[in-house]
Amino acid sequence: MKKRYILPVRTMAILLLLSSLIIFMNFRFKSESLIRNSVVGQAHTEFLKTELNAKDSVASVKAFAEVYKVLMSPRCMNCHPSGDVPLQGDDSHLHAMLPKRGKDGKGLYAMKCTNCHQPTNIEGLNKPPGHPDWHLPPANMKMVFEGRTPNQLAKQLVNPRTNGNKSMQQLIEHADDGLVKAGWNPGEGRTLPPLSHEEFKKVWITWIKTGAYAPPPMKAK
Amino acid sequence: MIKLTINKKEHNVDVDPDTPLLWVLRDTLNLVGTKYGCGVAQCGACVVHLNGEAVRSCVTKVSRAEGKKVVTIEGLSETHTHPLQKAWLDLDVSQCGYCQAGQIMSAAVLLKENKNPTDQDIDDAMAGNICRCGTYLRIREAIHAAAKIQRQDA
Ligand code: FES
Ligand code: FES
Repeated sequence: MKKRYILPVRTMAILLLLSSLIIFMNFRFKSESLIRNSVVGQAHTEFLKTELNAKDSVASVKAFAEVYKVLMSPRCMNCHPSGDVPLQGDDSHLHAMLPKRGKDGKGLYAMKCTNCHQPTNIEGLNKPPGHPDWHLPPANMKMVFEGRTPNQLAKQLVNPRTNGNKSMQQLIEHADDGLVKAGWNPGEGRTLPPLSHEEFKKVWITWIKTGAYAPPPMKAK
Repeated sequence: MIKLTINKKEHNVDVDPDTPLLWVLRDTLNLVGTKYGCGVAQCGACVVHLNGEAVRSCVTKVSRAEGKKVVTIEGLSETHTHPLQKAWLDLDVSQCGYCQAGQIMSAAVLLKENKNPTDQDIDDAMAGNICRCGTYLRIREAIHAAAKIQRQDA
């Protein structure tokens, strides 16, 4: 072939290669951020680099669907209300007597949580459930569950600025927190979360270790 | 034997550690100023102070009070001249009186933590104390009056 034909063909080929590379990279980046769709803090990024199993958005989103069912059950959501009054009962009505969160989440004045909620459950139907550390999230980080979509809740949970300053490792450990576990010992007259604590812990850790992906946005529960 | 400090006095009581503190106060120690209303932490008639907090003694096991300071309405002021007691008398707050020991003990925690409470602060502090006679308006007025007395005394 004559030299004057070869030059444009070669230039075209290089241009084509470069542009397909750019398109490919762009697509990867976009789909990654679309699926993840999460505000990932420094701690999370570090964790992903070092601790995670293979990232798997499908397994992660699937595990979160189970996690979400538990977190939105009354035993978890009632103490993560959207307002400053905790919720109560299986129908998540506003807590009788309208106790308020207060600055530290432990109530106000004569209406502090542990004035009624004892270190252990009180025996008997619908008597106050107990734990030594009974409280709501504090006023400066309310960690609301009520009304959150799966997408919103997943994003909130992985972001240290909205999850109580927790790293991914601390999030994993949080499954064994005493107050979290109290949800599975609710006292007479209250239903249990839809999974056992053991099952919950399994899907919780799977969700995190497969990349803590947020499901795509959808309507609130 | 369980050792209790109530109104600055020590008591040794021979009761099951799971007994509600209210039962021990009323039945064992004859401190009957604290009242039994509902028994399930819903009314506030049984409020006493446990290390300065307004706990409901009907659901508080006596074992929780061990080693802590308990104050009942009888011990709120040795001379019964706590600003709240003065204001309660001035304004004649009580109707039947049944809820009033609990009301005063709850209000005392409010005034300890907030020297000049607003109506909203009073609502936030007192929403768990029920009065079947409906003395709420006088209670609110008396808390404002007591806060004033407290500020003047200080
Ligand atoms: S008797 Fe304790 S709150 Fe009603
Ligand atoms: S004065 Fe009667 S219940 Fe309050």
